Amino acid sequence: MHELGIVMNVIEQVDNVAAESKVEKVTKVIMEIGEVSTVIPDLFTDAFNWAKKKTNYLKDAELELIILEGMTYCRDCKGTYRTVEFAKKCPHCGSMNTYLVTGDEIKIKSIEVV
Amino acid sequence: MKEVRTIVLSKSVFEENDKEADALRLYLKDKGVFLVNVMSSPGAGKTTTLISVIKELSKFYRVGIMEADIDSDVDAVKVAKETGCKSIQLHTGGMCHLDAGMTTQGLTELGLDDVDIVFLENVGNLVCPAEYDTGAHLDMMILSVPEGDDKPLKYPLIFQKCELVLINKIDTLPYFNFSLDKVKQNISYRNEKSFVIPISAKLGDGIDEVVDYFKTKIQNIKTK
Repeated sequence: MHELGIVMNVIEQVDNVAAESKVEKVTKVIMEIGEVSTVIPDLFTDAFNWAKKKTNYLKDAELELIILEGMTYCRDCKGTYRTVEFAKKCPHCGSMNTYLVTGDEIKIKSIEVV
Repeated sequence: MKEVRTIVLSKSVFEENDKEADALRLYLKDKGVFLVNVMSSPGAGKTTTLISVIKELSKFYRVGIMEADIDSDVDAVKVAKETGCKSIQLHTGGMCHLDAGMTTQGLTELGLDDVDIVFLENVGNLVCPAEYDTGAHLDMMILSVPEGDDKPLKYPLIFQKCELVLINKIDTLPYFNFSLDKVKQNISYRNEKSFVIPISAKLGDGIDEVVDYFKTKIQNIKTK
């Protein structure tokens, strides 16, 4: 359900761009999804393949997901580490004074059209 | 065969929504209406809390409420009956959140000429509503004691976004392994500036402090 809401959003935006750019159809949608963005790639792809049938330009579009690694920075020891493995607590010094640098992206990178 | 070309968009999925939300926020400010987006998991006590707060707040200001649910109108009916304030029910049609477009439609239906503050009771969910900016001036959430003091660690985004966090059902503290100090610490890891008020919506504890908080916010938007 969560993925579907985002898919509908993507599809509407891409369909609008396709209409404005006067293309025949969209053949591929390339997206960047962060590892800790809460989007599950398989569910997202399923939702995309279901929803694209109802569009004007995306009926034959393929979806490519580029997964971006989640990295967290520690303000105390200035180190970085993999978010998926260690979450909020820095594995180098044990501090909780950390913040996510990359990994929460849900971006439409580009589309391929004919 | 036709040549394939690439169009680079490179934008967040939420960018369009964020623009709509910013426009709505400005429009409401011009109208002198303060919009509050209320989020929580199902059963944290959104409706009960809002009823307690609105009963007090409506002695000073004109209050409106929009109840968002996937289906049904039980909340809107209940709040209207208990508080007498203007209320409408929004159906999200299966979606797990509200976006700025749906919020704008709801506000148009509610009418903005006779309200000072509008509460938007979002769908009960700690994930999706946090991703969509509704155009509210204040994002708040209600976390209840039975849910546990570790929730800010498990649902980062919602705690990062919310400026006000109410800890509800504090009357049940003796029965749960829940530490107010620990939850405050966990919330501050996500957002150093967030303001925490412990309450019991059922018994009325802390409600005065919440009402004072909103009074200050409404005055600010009306004088700026």
